Amino acid sequence: MSKLFIKGNEAIAEAAVRGGCRFFAGYPITPQNEIPEYMSRRLPEVGGVFVQGESELASINMIYGAAYAGVSSLTSSSGPGLSLMAEGISSLAASGFPAVLVNMMRGGPGTGAIQGAQMDYMQATRGGGHGGYRMPVLAPGSVQEAVDLVYEAFDIAWKYMTPVLVVADGYIGSVMEAVELPPMKESKRKEFPLYTTVHLNPENPHRRSSCTMITNEVDHEEWNKVQAAKYEKMAEELVRCEEFMMEDAEYVMVAYGTSARVARNAVISLREQGIKAGLIRPILIWPYPYEALRKLDPAKVKNIFCLELSIPAQMVEDVRFGVYDRIPVTTYGRSAGLTFSEEDVEELVKKTIEGGEK
Amino acid sequence: MEKIYSRPKALQNRATGYCPGCLHGTTVKIIAELIDEFGIQDSTVAVLPIGCSALDCWSFETDMIISLHGRAPATATGIKRNAPEKTVIVIQGDGDLASIGLAEIMHAANRGENLTVIFMNNGIFGMTGGQMAPTTLIGQKATTAQGGRTEAHGYPMHMCEILNELKAPYYIQRCAMDSPAHVREAKKAIRKGLENQMNGKGFSFIELMSNCPTNWSMSAEKSIEYMREYTLKEFQIGVYRDGGEK
Ligand SMILES: Cc1ncc(C[n+]2csc(CCOP(=O)(O)OP(=O)(O)O)c2C)c(N)n1
Ligand code: SF4
Ligand SMILES: [Mg+2]
Repeated sequence: MSKLFIKGNEAIAEAAVRGGCRFFAGYPITPQNEIPEYMSRRLPEVGGVFVQGESELASINMIYGAAYAGVSSLTSSSGPGLSLMAEGISSLAASGFPAVLVNMMRGGPGTGAIQGAQMDYMQATRGGGHGGYRMPVLAPGSVQEAVDLVYEAFDIAWKYMTPVLVVADGYIGSVMEAVELPPMKESKRKEFPLYTTVHLNPENPHRRSSCTMITNEVDHEEWNKVQAAKYEKMAEELVRCEEFMMEDAEYVMVAYGTSARVARNAVISLREQGIKAGLIRPILIWPYPYEALRKLDPAKVKNIFCLELSIPAQMVEDVRFGVYDRIPVTTYGRSAGLTFSEEDVEELVKKTIEGGEK
Repeated sequence: MEKIYSRPKALQNRATGYCPGCLHGTTVKIIAELIDEFGIQDSTVAVLPIGCSALDCWSFETDMIISLHGRAPATATGIKRNAPEKTVIVIQGDGDLASIGLAEIMHAANRGENLTVIFMNNGIFGMTGGQMAPTTLIGQKATTAQGGRTEAHGYPMHMCEILNELKAPYYIQRCAMDSPAHVREAKKAIRKGLENQMNGKGFSFIELMSNCPTNWSMSAEKSIEYMREYTLKEFQIGVYRDGGEK
């Protein structure tokens, strides 16, 4: 297969089309604008539909309608837009509707900064919307992986009947890399059965009735239980992480996305200097790969470094949950559009070693 | 004996969820009759709002989805664009459409989405217990304007007139549900709205002046009198646009 030199955002859009996406609704926001731009010209070529929503509120609700109609659909945005979509995402989850959402993360909170960042970890992994729900959160570390994960996200959405969130830091959307694109999948509208039909119109289950407010308490709780079981199944089946040079690692970095790329280079360089460094890179940040941390041996691992493009540190809560105070955890990050280099990471590790040996 | 009227097929055989005397009930009945008349029961999707029209979910015997508060036109856009063979009927209340969902209705209208929108204007937030709506009359009482709405709360918003400023809409009419003659007119308007959609004409908007005896704190009869004496003077019924022409 030939490789294509392409910008992250466009690669993501093309991967979505190849993964079966036939509807896109979204509202412009930096740093993801190439996604709607690309979709506006690409979707009509494959019989799909592009709508520029009047807002993120409208866009996510267009996705809601498209999902009801049984079409694989995508919306993309960045931090503030995801906040506006929160009610809609909660409702997609509540309804068991498949859809793929991209958050090309920028600095936050508030309007924040338009440069790339990893500031939406909490929002992404803890739901972001109301009511307590879970959705898979895929966190690519390169343009190639973004392509592969966006492509797969549609399968996950349909397999579990859930919205799936892809979070990439703005750098992944903005860099150009050579990627291999997956083959074009056939995409057909599929009017899937709806749980609430049974509740709203029990005598005519062939009518598709969808509602996230189930007025019969017993039915509603039954549905909550079905959903909770689904969340547990996803948590079991979807955990994925990369462990790099971890066999004998004494200094372990935990990072995802662009941070993990920097960390990986730092690991290689530290190894060359005789320091046994390793990297745990979550590929999904929900469900989180706690096992990779639980199995770390406190007799061997001297320190863990949780690296993020975020101040305050956010992922550290999951890291600590996995490590459970058995090994010291150091957090390090930059924010507001600033990044850290592999030298910064090396220095951090070396300082920690010196401090520990004093 | 010859049976000359029976429950429309598109209406479920169970009690509605509305209060006694509420005109929401008459509205779903005429819509269901039209669905039968056109024979589109199996291809109709009712897009319901949050508000008392969400109770239509206990009435329509068709596919349906209850959308989020104010977002029905966006949800309907997502459905119709992907399933153009469906007849998509959007029903919204005045809080839903003219307050929280103002952007969605304006932009669906401005895009000329091929939808039939039924706007249930009862001048109040019915479902949440009688708070002021953007359509509440000056002087009309609401639980959040207990002495009556004053100008400080703004003025009643006239959605037909506002939408009539846009180029794209195909059909705009305001009707009233207060009398049998007016209900027949409303039914005619909705029939047109559905025909327009089936003929691919674009956006049809039918506002139905309605009541809320419960939250207006009136008997059903009094609420009809109130509509005639006050509401219909503020909101003029009539055709605002037909066939894309002002
Ligand atoms: C985001 C959101 N905000 C507020 C509500 C609460 N709410 C439910 S119905 C409603 C008002 C409905 O009024 P209207 O649209 O006029 O419909 P009616 O009940 O009068 O027919 C409100 C505010 C909600 N469900 N969701
Ligand atoms: S609260 Fe008002 S609008 Fe709602 S069903 Fe009762 S009378 Fe009708
Ligand atoms: Mg109302």
